[in-house]
Amino acid sequence: MTLHPKKEGTKMTIEVEGRIDTKTAPELDAFIKNSLDGIELLVFDFAETVYISSAGLRILLIAEKIMSKQGQMKLIHVSKDLMEIFDITGTSTILTIQ
Amino acid sequence: MRELTIAATIDALDAVNELVEAQLDETDCSMRARMQIGLAVEEIFVNIASYAYAPETGEATVQVGLTPDGSAVCITFIDQGVPYDPLAKEDPDVSLPLEKRPVGGLGILLVKNIMDDVRYEHTDGKNILTIVKKLAP
Repeated sequence: MTLHPKKEGTKMTIEVEGRIDTKTAPELDAFIKNSLDGIELLVFDFAETVYISSAGLRILLIAEKIMSKQGQMKLIHVSKDLMEIFDITGTSTILTIQ
Repeated sequence: MRELTIAATIDALDAVNELVEAQLDETDCSMRARMQIGLAVEEIFVNIASYAYAPETGEATVQVGLTPDGSAVCITFIDQGVPYDPLAKEDPDVSLPLEKRPVGGLGILLVKNIMDDVRYEHTDGKNILTIVKKLAP
């Protein structure tokens, strides 16, 4: 997994390239916990994300909890296969997916 | 059939994935099925690595093979840790709002939904969990 964050004022877009799994999720977790100060709109760009396991879903739910207090969060470019994972786990009803 | 006995640790997940991938390479498995099988393998193996022997460590055996007619892949996980039937637990309520949602339980829920069959038995002091995924949609 490689993170490509881009900050424009109070908006942050994080392009996530590769796999969010048990091994890589801690890196995303650390990034989120250290980078969201003052951010009002957090966008995850999943165009290059090929895989997510429950370890990754957990981090997205943590990010959603943080952002629901200080602004909003959304996911863009989610593939059909990943959308199926969000649907099965009910996370698609919590997260804003466009 | 392919088999691997390895330390039940998160670091061993790569070797387990390679074993499964090698079997799938011999089939015309779709990318979607590949991803789903990889996901189930991760969820189950990480559970074993995290809880089966905690706080000690131990080994797990993973067996991968095709059904006799070649239409499905079967993966069996065997450990000698504390008896634990992941299927016995009730599914988490995924309709609850964020603040009321439990943190755990999503992994096994995923496994049950994306695999065609999941079976658990406890025999001779071993946890034996088998997942089956059909290769054709």
